[in-house]
Amino acid sequence: MSKTKTTLKKKKEEKTGMVKIYIMGQAYDVPETLTIMKAMEYAGYKFTRGSGCRAGFCGACSTVYRKEGDFRIYTALACQTIVEAGMVLTQLPFVPADKPEYDINSLTPSANTILRYFPEVARCLSCNACSKVCPQEIKVMDYVQYCLQGQISKAAEESFDCVSCGLCAIRCPAEIPQYHVAQLARRLHGKYLMKTPDYLDIRIKEIKEDKYKEGFKEMMALSKEKLEEKYKNRDRESN
Amino acid sequence: MMKLKGGYTEEMRKSIDNVNKTRSKRIGEVFDHMTMKERDDVLKNYHPDYKADGKRAIAYGENKSDIVPVEVADILESYPIFNPDDIDLSQIDYDVSILIIGGGGAGTSAAIWANYSGVPVDEILVSNKLRHGDANTVMAQGGIQIADRPEDSPLIHYLDAVGGGHFDNIPELAKALVNDAPDILRWHKDLGVMYDLDEDGNFMVLSGGGTSRSRMHSAKDYTGLEIFRVIRDEFRGLDIPSLEFTPAIELLTDETGRVAGAVLYHLETKQYFVVKAKTTIMSTGGFGRLHVSGFPTTNHYGATMDGVLMSYRAGAKLRNLESTQFHPTGAAYPEQIVGLLITEKVRGLGAQVLGNNGEQICYPLEPRDVEASAVIKCCTSTENFIETPTGMRGVWLDSPLIEEIRGKGTIVNNLSAMDRMFQRFGIDLTVDPILIYPSLHYQNGGVLHDELCHSSVSGLLIAGEVSGGVHGKNRLMGNSLLEINVFGRRAGIEAAKEIKNAKPGKLSLDHIKKSISVIDSLGLKKKRYGPMILPEYRSDIVRDRLVQLYESTD
Repeated sequence: MSKTKTTLKKKKEEKTGMVKIYIMGQAYDVPETLTIMKAMEYAGYKFTRGSGCRAGFCGACSTVYRKEGDFRIYTALACQTIVEAGMVLTQLPFVPADKPEYDINSLTPSANTILRYFPEVARCLSCNACSKVCPQEIKVMDYVQYCLQGQISKAAEESFDCVSCGLCAIRCPAEIPQYHVAQLARRLHGKYLMKTPDYLDIRIKEIKEDKYKEGFKEMMALSKEKLEEKYKNRDRESN
Repeated sequence: MMKLKGGYTEEMRKSIDNVNKTRSKRIGEVFDHMTMKERDDVLKNYHPDYKADGKRAIAYGENKSDIVPVEVADILESYPIFNPDDIDLSQIDYDVSILIIGGGGAGTSAAIWANYSGVPVDEILVSNKLRHGDANTVMAQGGIQIADRPEDSPLIHYLDAVGGGHFDNIPELAKALVNDAPDILRWHKDLGVMYDLDEDGNFMVLSGGGTSRSRMHSAKDYTGLEIFRVIRDEFRGLDIPSLEFTPAIELLTDETGRVAGAVLYHLETKQYFVVKAKTTIMSTGGFGRLHVSGFPTTNHYGATMDGVLMSYRAGAKLRNLESTQFHPTGAAYPEQIVGLLITEKVRGLGAQVLGNNGEQICYPLEPRDVEASAVIKCCTSTENFIETPTGMRGVWLDSPLIEEIRGKGTIVNNLSAMDRMFQRFGIDLTVDPILIYPSLHYQNGGVLHDELCHSSVSGLLIAGEVSGGVHGKNRLMGNSLLEINVFGRRAGIEAAKEIKNAKPGKLSLDHIKKSISVIDSLGLKKKRYGPMILPEYRSDIVRDRLVQLYESTD
């Protein structure tokens, strides 16, 4: 690691509240209030990879880091984590994990379906490395086990908050692409195991049969004043 | 570092005491809706759209003299980012039937529906600026409006949408939006989207700002993410070709002025690709990263208005760009998340908006522009605001009230993204309120199109946030997740029809050469370049020392 700091010439008032971090081994002083992502931008990195929604939803900025004097590897979303002095940062640009192709219409919600497309699920060692790295704190190993047991709904619900960052797949010694497995489980659950209330198809039929045609014709012919009047006087359902 | 208790400073804690004291009294307390006159007043006095400074007229083109935010005008009056003479159009890298620019919700739906409509996958190409799905779509939290319940109807949905849009929506577009909605829900259910159900097996629904029925269908507070990851999974299952980190940097036209494809640019290898297409669908999303009026934004890193600019240079008409949506509830504290979205669903579930004194400042579910104006008013013309250690002002959103009304566990079950975001910064929103201030959220206007998605230029279809006309001057919550699906689907189906007769001529960048000479003639003081592609966030310490290197490539 380079001991020479990259020179970031600072104005005087910015001197306090700075911390030293390392990006790809190079030292930088950055404001202590920034997230990892903003700290790297402060240091001069303009992201192409590794920055997406910047709000914790897209999984583009999964990152690993170490801290000075600590042997552990930490994982996080760079946009949702504040920098700390002595962080040694890098970026994780891409997770190469295969996603098999399937037609959701020809499947059944069962363990066999999961195993047909992801036979490696059977190799799960129950080491729990996946759950430990998940920045969303999902019990990844648990949902993999639910899949094996054919408990598709439980797997879907446990994995629901997944942002597909792929950190689980990187750490898995059994080479399972957990986040792709979870996607299949959720689609099976959403399509085959969750109900659809009857009123949806009734409404679709009504629209197809032009039930609202006259109503639209009338409303669209109204003057702005008349339409505003109608809007003002519309009844409101309480929440 | 400052000493914090449960994530807040001592000073902020004093105000939180006020909130705690009034909470039991406020259960069931309904603040009056504003009258139309009150709405008008608060908008005119406090909404950034209605302020003359920060706006100016567009200097050239189809919408010359339209008044828009200066940030928008600056982009429209920028120079192209490459010299059109440097592009070799004789070598075509991709010759396809349908080019889709932008793989968010609208573009991905368009690709799928084009294929469902009979276009083979190898005749479709999707260009993504970053990864497939790096888009505002996945950040939409609260829900999607669908008038499917017996108590509701497409007519009521229509009335809510045009009233919210200040009666400036294009009626045919608003009608298409609400009429297709139940079909979209059926499609999503068939694909396996996990919409929330209540204990009776009905869809769980809530109100949104400005809706007169409970119409907001959700998937916890990851609604956009859940919808998108399912349609992307479908897209990948169909094996539709898609390029990542390869945005369009300009459209191509033929000798008749018809759009005939685009020039793409690989952000990592820096090479360009010439794409010839019979039909081009523009679905690039919005403009949050322009930080209009200096506001922070809820938007994605790539939301830089590229599609509006490229379409405008090709001669397309724009609409409603005078209006910008500021989401009433962006995070105002802690500093690391300032501007990030606090979903409207928090208010849909019962949270009230409170001043420093712990009392309500307005009805919590006014249309977004009205609600945002009420918050700005409280923070700029009264003393009833809360100030953060960095000097940012905000008002409280009383999240603990939700569980007082709906029971313990409501927040973690319905707002797990919000819960997680605040936990990461030491704040428990089941115990303490959260501080909010409006944040730049949505491009209400954009490229004009008709109900079959045709822009005013032939060969160019439009879908999603890049478009203008669907929402008038203000979009209601839940109508954008709907819009990208409705018009994405329509664009895909329409493109599949259009390619049967389309015969684009010789590829050219003449419209770009023309744009350059028009911009030259404006005599602008500052030379700008667009599309922006990605916003600039490097510190000025670094930016002051940047240099462009020359390169010999032969």
